Amino acid sequence: MTAISDPQSVAALAAEAVDNRVNLDFETEGMTLNMGPQHPATHGTLRIIARLDGEQVISAEPMCGYMHRGYEKLTEVRTYPQINALINRIDWLGSFANEVPFILAAEKLMGVEAPPRAQWIRTILFEMSRIANISLFLGDFGLQLGGMTAGFYAFRDREWVLNQIESATGGRFHPNFDRIGGLKDDLPKGWIESSHTAMDKLLAFCDELEDLLVGNEIFQARTRGIGVIPAEIALSYGLSGANLRASGVDWDLRRDNCPPGLVYDKADWKVWTHPDGDCFARTWVRLQETREAAKIVKQLLDTIPSGPVMAKVPRIIKVPEGEAYVATENPLGEMGYYVVSKGDLVPFRVKIRSASFNNISVVPWVARGAYVPDLISILGSLYFILGDIDR
Amino acid sequence: MTLLLASFAPPYWLSTLIKVLVVSAVVPTTALILGMVFLFKIMSWMQSRLGPQEAGPRGTLQLLADGVKFLQKEDIAPNGADLWVFKVAPLVVLMSTLLLYVALPASMHLVVADLDVGVFFVLAISSLSVIGVLMAGWSSASKYSLMGALRAAGQLIAYELPMVLAVIGVVIQAGTMSLNGIVVAQNESAIFGWSGIGYPYILTQFLGFFIFIAAVQAELTQPPFDMPVAESEIVSGYQVEYTGFRFLIFFLAEFATAFAFAAIAAVLFLGGWAVPWLPVSSDWYYVLGPIVLFAKVMIVAFIIFWVRFTYPRFREDQLQSLAWKVLIPLALVNIVVTAVLKVVL
Amino acid sequence: MRTKIWPSVGRVSQLSSADTETLEEAAPAIDEAREAVLAEITARLGEGVVGSHIRPGDDLWIRVDRANWVAAAEAAKAMGYRFFDFLSAIDWLPSPFGRDMDSQEDRVVSGTPAKEPEAMVQGYAGGETRFQLLARVYSISAGMGITFKCDLPDDDLTAGTWSNVYAGANWHEREAREMFGFSFDGHPNMINLYLPADFVGHPLRKDFPLLARRVRPWPGIVDVEPMPGVADEEGEGE
Repeated sequence: MTAISDPQSVAALAAEAVDNRVNLDFETEGMTLNMGPQHPATHGTLRIIARLDGEQVISAEPMCGYMHRGYEKLTEVRTYPQINALINRIDWLGSFANEVPFILAAEKLMGVEAPPRAQWIRTILFEMSRIANISLFLGDFGLQLGGMTAGFYAFRDREWVLNQIESATGGRFHPNFDRIGGLKDDLPKGWIESSHTAMDKLLAFCDELEDLLVGNEIFQARTRGIGVIPAEIALSYGLSGANLRASGVDWDLRRDNCPPGLVYDKADWKVWTHPDGDCFARTWVRLQETREAAKIVKQLLDTIPSGPVMAKVPRIIKVPEGEAYVATENPLGEMGYYVVSKGDLVPFRVKIRSASFNNISVVPWVARGAYVPDLISILGSLYFILGDIDR
Repeated sequence: MTLLLASFAPPYWLSTLIKVLVVSAVVPTTALILGMVFLFKIMSWMQSRLGPQEAGPRGTLQLLADGVKFLQKEDIAPNGADLWVFKVAPLVVLMSTLLLYVALPASMHLVVADLDVGVFFVLAISSLSVIGVLMAGWSSASKYSLMGALRAAGQLIAYELPMVLAVIGVVIQAGTMSLNGIVVAQNESAIFGWSGIGYPYILTQFLGFFIFIAAVQAELTQPPFDMPVAESEIVSGYQVEYTGFRFLIFFLAEFATAFAFAAIAAVLFLGGWAVPWLPVSSDWYYVLGPIVLFAKVMIVAFIIFWVRFTYPRFREDQLQSLAWKVLIPLALVNIVVTAVLKVVL
Repeated sequence: MRTKIWPSVGRVSQLSSADTETLEEAAPAIDEAREAVLAEITARLGEGVVGSHIRPGDDLWIRVDRANWVAAAEAAKAMGYRFFDFLSAIDWLPSPFGRDMDSQEDRVVSGTPAKEPEAMVQGYAGGETRFQLLARVYSISAGMGITFKCDLPDDDLTAGTWSNVYAGANWHEREAREMFGFSFDGHPNMINLYLPADFVGHPLRKDFPLLARRVRPWPGIVDVEPMPGVADEEGEGE
């Protein structure tokens, strides 16, 4: 936990100043701009009702629910393996990462532990879905700021990771590969070598993107000092993942509270933070995270143990009575499942704590006083997936 | 062209008709060429894509196919639109583009109207398009359109000034405002007595060239200055309510204007239609002039589009401060230095 | 690999390594750290803490009474639990719509005599009412989380708002409101978050029918029916 650094306290003061300004009597007649549900910058169906004074945002209120699929209700009528297929669709860019915390919660309640090889592969696939997710963010953020080439590069190089995920799990987007007690299958032949190649490509992509986008003066002019979220605000809104680390909070569930079943402690890697808390910091932290993820994958690929990938579990899974909350550091931030079981085939209640829901709830706070283009920077850099907000 | 037509001695109405037809044929052709070469192919290669492949050999006819598609679309106007203004706005934008071509010289005589104040004319006419943009934005009855139009107006006004100031350096050096005169001056001057390559003004006016190209980017509303049509912010701005044919006109105008500005830059800074070693009075220029000009235009256009595909976009206030705090002072310095050197040397 | 160093690069935290001790490895029978947290919360809230549960080395549940719901948040925040995780609720009513077609509801429809209704069993830290608020906060410095619970009586589903303590609770309370029908005193913007304004019902209540499931029987039931002659627990993992 670091102290609030300077740009952050400036942001807190500025927010107060905006509050005072907005309440002034001589406010000119504003304009209400309805962004979405169909808007290029919301990549999904998020609707933002912004009150504008000229191009300055007086208030911005996200309206969600256009994609609400009622997963928390649906989980009450599905067995645990079925839920696994369902929750793939929450954060659809990093699908495998959605499965893991739920499976870990079920394993915790059942007292099952996956064999080492399964834990290794789980961690590798987890980091691969992080790369698949964040590399698209990096390109897409460039796209939203008008630099379209970055977006195409991201789509191009993400293929390398998706191909690896596909060849291991059979699904490019929705693997449904994780099982209570292990994994569905072992890795295919030659997968480890091709994964090394893919990770090298991704590391090169990170360098390329740093040259093309993150190092670009215009990009920095558009993101530095924009949308500063002080650490204290970030914590109380429950921001997690790179959004929190970009505000200078040194907290990563992979390192600090890694649930058993993932082997992050077997690799040598760093948690990056940035003190500024602005849009640039969030992008930069994510860029570094992609590199670290590639490094984790490369190290784990070399140390993968042999053995079975599935523990002995009953064919029909009944989870004993109890409650458990397991959260992991997903690409978008902390994703957790609060599972209440009554010893039945289906869970009694599953509370899905998705990262984007909390991450995007800070928008009304941070968007006040920003300009419309800054609103795009803020939304882009907070990085939400609609399925992760609406569930 | 004047001489060419004079040898046939057509009546006034016929020569006017021919000129009108030529300009209205050249404008879409240039737009097609730029759109095809840069927007489709070079952009695809820069972004590690293939680009269009199916229509015509290697996809070269894709834009024609797109044009036909646009023509088939229904012409929709929004409910609250000011119908008359809404429908005329694209034509105003196109008109400003067409008028640009009037003064562009493709060789000494291949020019619709060889004006004595050609530089002044093209710079003045080019800013007419903002009227069409404002009309489009206001009449569309959409908040996004209105914001886009206001952004465009602010931007075009801010960038008209550096553009004019950047050109003044060239005018001072050439001593004339006629576009043909500038070409001739570049062809016939010598660098410290060495006349090997003539004297393309980019050698001395590189600062002016840079400012001119930056201002052209802003005039064309291309990245990094594409806020008026920023699709991720205001969903294509003033164009958002246009469909089919009228959208096609905006598209044509944008690329034809890009071509025209690239041609102006080529004339002002790169020696225009002339090549060194060949005197401007040569008859070869009837054939050679357009080819040379086209080659130089493609070079300039490549720079313009390269920047377009690479950079993210500025914010509106950053654009204004760039214009007023950086480009205009630089252009003024450039003028002063040019004027002093002109007198001293 | 090249790594550019920007002027304001954040500090890099310590390397994680194989000898980093995780909480799970210790797993003592008595979790002193969590006992201490529970003791401090009890000291701050006094009679407000009506139930608690500790799973050693893993998690801590504290049930407070309704009057102390906001005070619990304030106490937790004062103790360094500054990260807001989530706020939701649990409806402990056994579902009248089971996963099978022999649920309570169907028996009523088909005239079959009603089954003995299952007893309502609350989870960790106990409980007396059907609806329980559920919220979790986390302390980054301590590396521990607290799950708070709070009983809400059926006839008055209101509680104080956490949004003044944890700003992030704002949206979570809006979600809990529309999904369970609660209301939160002092909430600044108590409008629907997900559901349309004219939606009737509270979907996450157990007695809200999942219509799709009623219309079409559970397709998954085929998969989990025990094979003839095979007892439930006999199957082995693949």
